[in-house]
Amino acid sequence: MFYPTYARRSDPFALMRTMLRDVDRFTPTRTAQPEFPSVNVWQGDEAVAVTAELPGIEPSDIDISVKDNVLTISGKREAPELPEGARWHRNERSYGEFSRAVRMPYAASDDTVEARMTNGILRIVVGRPEEDKPKKIEIKAA
Amino acid sequence: MTSDVTQTADKTPTETPETTTGGRIYRPLADIMETGEGVTLMLEMPGVAADDVDITLEQRVLTIRGKVQPTNPERLQLAYAEYGEGDYERSFTLSDDFDPEKINAAVSHGVLTVALPRAAEAQPRKIAVTAS
Repeated sequence: MFYPTYARRSDPFALMRTMLRDVDRFTPTRTAQPEFPSVNVWQGDEAVAVTAELPGIEPSDIDISVKDNVLTISGKREAPELPEGARWHRNERSYGEFSRAVRMPYAASDDTVEARMTNGILRIVVGRPEEDKPKKIEIKAA
Repeated sequence: MTSDVTQTADKTPTETPETTTGGRIYRPLADIMETGEGVTLMLEMPGVAADDVDITLEQRVLTIRGKVQPTNPERLQLAYAEYGEGDYERSFTLSDDFDPEKINAAVSHGVLTVALPRAAEAQPRKIAVTAS
């Protein structure tokens, strides 16, 4: 990379500042990192389903809420308790609080939402309300 | 532990040969810790039931395989996907001193925990040194 400011000898830190700016530009920011949990969204005529990978989380530690057409999944992943004298070889999994919001194509009421957890996969099915369903219009004979 | 939203590493496919069905094989994220009694592995395998896990120990290589039951909701089509569904596979080379008969494994909410106790003869022994 060419640093033209280097020619300006009066400021010895000019080159360093320019280089640091480049480092900042190429370092990914937090927002670029993947979200947790990853979700898949399924759609059909009668319902919308959201599946999320939540391994190692007790169903009681997950909060699901629906407001208008936004579905929010939040909770906390507890770190495993280390016995005395234990040491890590690898620590690839992550822990802490999480929250994820998914916008649905229609507003859902509480009684049409059903959530189920199997083997670390959360599945939420949101039924389509009657008023959102397309209405069939009869053609009258003239 | 921070209260920030945690970020996960991407689900990475393993560097294994292709599958005959064309499905992907993922490398499960692992936490491994060592205590005085042995080593404990925790692997994230969402979607895998306890019956579908296969653990083998051969020539010091511990191989863990998990078969995913795909979610196939009736009358619903996948509209948006952030994670892929596929089987899990990962191998670790162990040191010699584990007792293969005593390996204990359990699955809870998609996390497999494998406990490898150290063999009795490999437990550290203290040797007393006498002054003469």
